[in-house]
Amino acid sequence: MFEIRVHGRGGQGVVTATEMLSVAAFEEGRHAQAFPSFGSERTGAPVVAFCRISDREIRLREPIMKPDALIIQDPTLLHQIDVFAGLKSDGYVLLNSRHSLEELGLSELITHFDATRFCTLSATDLGLKHIGRPIPNMPLIAGFAALSGLIQLESVILAINEKFKGKVAQGNIAAATEAYNLVKDMMCTPFASSPLKGENHA
Amino acid sequence: MLKQTEGSKAVAEAIALCRPEVICAYPISPQTHIVEALGEMVKAGNLTPCEFINVESEFAAMSVAIGASAAGARSYTATASQGLLFMVEAVYNAAGLGLPIVMTVANRAIGAPINIWNDHSDSLSQRDSGWMQLFAETNQEAVDLHIQAFRLAEELSMPIMVCMDGFILTHAFERIDIPEQNQVDSYLPPFDPRQVLDPAEPVSIGAMVGPEAFMEVKYLAHAKQMQAIERIPVLAAEFKQIFGRDSGGLIRTYCSEDAETMVIAMGSVLGTIKDTVDEMRAEGHKIGVLGIISYRPFPLEQVRAALSSCKRFVVLEKSLAVGMGGIVATDVRMAVTGSGLKGYTAIAGLGGRPITRATLHKLFLQAEQELLPPVTFVDLDWEAVNKQLTREQQTRRSGPAAENMLHDKGLISAKFG
Repeated sequence: MFEIRVHGRGGQGVVTATEMLSVAAFEEGRHAQAFPSFGSERTGAPVVAFCRISDREIRLREPIMKPDALIIQDPTLLHQIDVFAGLKSDGYVLLNSRHSLEELGLSELITHFDATRFCTLSATDLGLKHIGRPIPNMPLIAGFAALSGLIQLESVILAINEKFKGKVAQGNIAAATEAYNLVKDMMCTPFASSPLKGENHA
Repeated sequence: MLKQTEGSKAVAEAIALCRPEVICAYPISPQTHIVEALGEMVKAGNLTPCEFINVESEFAAMSVAIGASAAGARSYTATASQGLLFMVEAVYNAAGLGLPIVMTVANRAIGAPINIWNDHSDSLSQRDSGWMQLFAETNQEAVDLHIQAFRLAEELSMPIMVCMDGFILTHAFERIDIPEQNQVDSYLPPFDPRQVLDPAEPVSIGAMVGPEAFMEVKYLAHAKQMQAIERIPVLAAEFKQIFGRDSGGLIRTYCSEDAETMVIAMGSVLGTIKDTVDEMRAEGHKIGVLGIISYRPFPLEQVRAALSSCKRFVVLEKSLAVGMGGIVATDVRMAVTGSGLKGYTAIAGLGGRPITRATLHKLFLQAEQELLPPVTFVDLDWEAVNKQLTREQQTRRSGPAAENMLHDKGLISAKFG
């Protein structure tokens, strides 16, 4: 089982991000479960949503406390809540920011993790460029696909086409594709194998 | 068709497949997505003939459902929490009149303190209303139970609540097999009402009944639920024949054959419990699970049989009988009367408090060693509770308890004024 936690603020499409991740994983024949943190969400307030992906039926209903991956949609959350809480030592982190991890003051933190699995992506700019709105969620999902190798870009595009139509779908696909390629280029080491491989499933 | 979709959307699709003729509902979290989706289907002309009636309250929602059902229309509504409480008088009337309304309860806590999150307090408060109550473990089961519910309700001419955990199920995206229309049509015949308001053959429904006949009418409701005990497994078996999967029934067991400790629960928490039991089985613990799907009618004999070979049991429930302990646990203990089994009650997850594997693992180990008190409040912050109790002992004007608790837990930074 691979567990993803998405942090963001109300209005940034945090819940939608996990739902789309789950649809992309489903398109690849996997079991997936996406659910929000069930707050009474308001625009701008911190929001958390979760996604589990597995090759078996997912029965577990607890919140994700030890994530395999974090997607952080708003870097200002770093000063407000402990977004890294419970992150596994070999966990992936994709952070929406124009700045590098060093510039964000995360150099010390990274030493406790596998630095090659940490990445920043200017996802809000990609949203503005391709969709015309500062919505970072689709570029981040595609960036996560590139970073983790867990899902394919094609599955993200399928999920986008299922959710959106016409120009909105086209814009999201363009943003996702650019994000995917940017992250692939940034990665020092390509991850050939999926993180789910090695699980012993019937 | 297999889909990755939200529980609420899937339930709305299942309701539409059941061809309801009147849907009347008032929105309340976490039920909202279900009735929104149904409203959209009716408006788009994708669900005909069906009237979606906007009402001004939950009391009106149930009253309209009663009227529609009495006029011979297949009627559906959905609610949660305070909404269910607001319609209570009409809820009892629907059952007393024997009208086969199906209602989704997106289970949510009851205030005060106001809380939108999940527990089972709302539908369990209607335990004695005469409605049947079926609890879904997964969104797939929520879909399937609604289809079975219309069939059962109309066969017996009694209303049913299909209970699904608010947010945990209603707002979760997961893999769900949405049945085909022809499958549902072959399972669920058109509504053939036992009583109908027909100008050609006038009857009155809802007569006043005095002491000479009241008990008999009330007993009929009990008799119907006893019939349901027989019919629910039959309808689940017929469902399997057409839809190809096990869904519904009275109870469901897991790893129970050689279990010395049995855990009993209802709803989505059964998934987390099963994962915990797998962990403990791997460590050599003889532990199993009994899921109760039909809370009303309560399957006393089946529960007793499922617990007949264990040594002890824990009822983990998302509800609290204030001043007593467990609600579900009381029924389970009734089922095993005279067996000498050791029973424990664990109150957990009230107001949406997460129920984790780590907590359950610890709890079940204590149960196995018979170290639990009769009633356990799982993950209760005793320090916070005792601080407030001490405050109340020391100060007459100790203030509002909920606000004090939030303040003590650092959730509110400062008092106003």
